[in-house]
Amino acid sequence: MTTLTETVARTRAVTAPQRVRRRLTSRVASAVAIVIAVLWTTPTFGLLLSSLRPEDQIKSTGWWTFFSDPQLTLENYQEVLFGTSSSSGQMMSFLINSIVITIPSVLLPLALSTFAAYALAWLPFRGREWIYIGVFALQIVPLQMALVPLLSFFSQGVEVFGLQVLPGWELEGSARFVQVWFAHTCFALPLGIFLIHNFMAELPGDLMEAARVDGATHGTILRKLVLPLVGPALATFGIFQFLWVWNDLLVALIFAGGTAETAPMTVRLAQMAGTKGNEWQRLTSGAFVSVVIPLAVFLSMQRYFVRGLLAGSVKG
Amino acid sequence: MDFDFAAEQPKLVQLLIGVAAFLVVVAVILLLVDRAPMRRRAWSHATILLLPALALLGIGLVVPAVRTTLLSFMSGDGRDWVGLDNYAWMFTQPEALTVLRNTLIWVLLVPLLVTTVGLVYAVLVDRTRFEPVAKSLVFLPMAISFVGAGIIWRFVYAYRADDQDQIGLLNQLVVSMGGQPQQWLQEPPLNTLFLIVVMVWIQAGFATVVLSAAIKGIPAEIIEAARLDGASPVQMFFRVTLPSIRSAVIVVLVTQSIGTLKLFDIVRTMTGGQFDTSVIANEMYNQAFRYGETGKGAALAVFLFVLVTPIVIYQIRQRREVR
Repeated sequence: MTTLTETVARTRAVTAPQRVRRRLTSRVASAVAIVIAVLWTTPTFGLLLSSLRPEDQIKSTGWWTFFSDPQLTLENYQEVLFGTSSSSGQMMSFLINSIVITIPSVLLPLALSTFAAYALAWLPFRGREWIYIGVFALQIVPLQMALVPLLSFFSQGVEVFGLQVLPGWELEGSARFVQVWFAHTCFALPLGIFLIHNFMAELPGDLMEAARVDGATHGTILRKLVLPLVGPALATFGIFQFLWVWNDLLVALIFAGGTAETAPMTVRLAQMAGTKGNEWQRLTSGAFVSVVIPLAVFLSMQRYFVRGLLAGSVKG
Repeated sequence: MDFDFAAEQPKLVQLLIGVAAFLVVVAVILLLVDRAPMRRRAWSHATILLLPALALLGIGLVVPAVRTTLLSFMSGDGRDWVGLDNYAWMFTQPEALTVLRNTLIWVLLVPLLVTTVGLVYAVLVDRTRFEPVAKSLVFLPMAISFVGAGIIWRFVYAYRADDQDQIGLLNQLVVSMGGQPQQWLQEPPLNTLFLIVVMVWIQAGFATVVLSAAIKGIPAEIIEAARLDGASPVQMFFRVTLPSIRSAVIVVLVTQSIGTLKLFDIVRTMTGGQFDTSVIANEMYNQAFRYGETGKGAALAVFLFVLVTPIVIYQIRQRREVR
């Protein structure tokens, strides 16, 4: 009791002269925070507003003119998504490509990482530690190290000392999606195995032992016991991989080519920024279409994303 | 305006095939694991579960990395050995040196700016009423692709001659303060800084989230004690907050350095590497996939690997200490 009253007394004594100063600093602090928040949202807001303005207005006046002369239209979206002339965005085709690329590129590494992580965390076999360290170390390798040889693996197959060991895949048309899935899956595995392994390794050993004593096979343990428990880790890795694949430009440029047949939206947007750099009505609406889906996923699963960030999942 | 949905059908069929293949792979692996005999040494199970992932890692990363290293000592068409020529090109030719200089500017500035902005913001909004909303606002750009962010910012930097209305926000601000509109992205060396702004804009949210979590982890007693001793907010920050979250700050610095070294999309979308803005990853793409100079591209990739490796090793050690 005495300590408490003492504390209160001391606090009062200290705050009297400081209260004013503290309130001042908190004013300044709030102002700085607001400035940062405004700086961070204005560019996106400007893009969204512009994408809804008529074409001639976007090109002749700034988006802030909207507040004095409000005119909105959905025509840019109509044009960029469904326009059929080659100068329009044809974004609908690329949007579908993005979806076709993303779904298997998330599912496959998710499943393969889970299997591998289970083996590395819970199966007793010799060399386990070394394999884990090896997989872990692969996180170092930048994508750039793999691109050229992997592309030649797809197109020309494997040749050892002039001897054709494996033929090229010779994928045409929409079959080329397969090589994009393949590349994304390979590149995702080191991080996936690492993240899911960390989570799995912390499951209680007694639980596993009990299941095994009861005669459960590894398949059963994995399906019935482990999977429900590692759900959050799978969600974390899933959302990371989704954002990575959806937003990726480099892998898509190299393995999906640049046509409406297989290329995702990022590739199309980069093309439009290069060749139609001043067609702002298409660029703004196109960019916003590509941004909306990841934003929605992100907002609904932010919890898992943050957890993943804090667990150290950053990919290269 | 008739969009032909029928033409999109082969893609959807392909997607169905892909998902079906996924289901088959999962089913086969689970089935094999169930069938394999249960022994104490779990070799057969381990092989079934690990083999697909390890095979893909071998095909997709290990072998290509080795081949890229070999290619970096070969000529553009990959036929003749040229020794260290590609590396000599990288460290002597002016256009390659510009690339290295730009990469250095990026990797020095981005981690520093991202950490500073993230830290200031995290401290300022900590324990305020609007904290969740404020953090979300800064965090949102993380969901946007670098390409999308590139377009957003090209629009901010857009240029119109000074007898016309400006449509870019930055030039509008300059003009309204009586200045001349500028072609921000075309004038080296400042244009690299304008590209760096975009990266900082995207990544600051990452720093905010990580550092904010660390700040919340500081024991309440320490803060209380400092407050009772009459520490001012500035003193609090430098004497209490910063030392307590040192390891989180290092994590942010390190991850940002790695991400920045590999940066490609922003430069490609906004300037295409023109006007002296190219960086290693962009130049690697150009050399290997546009000019057919596989050797030079490979050398750049290897150099990137060499730059990233010590940082990653440091990061791993650091993380082990944090645990």
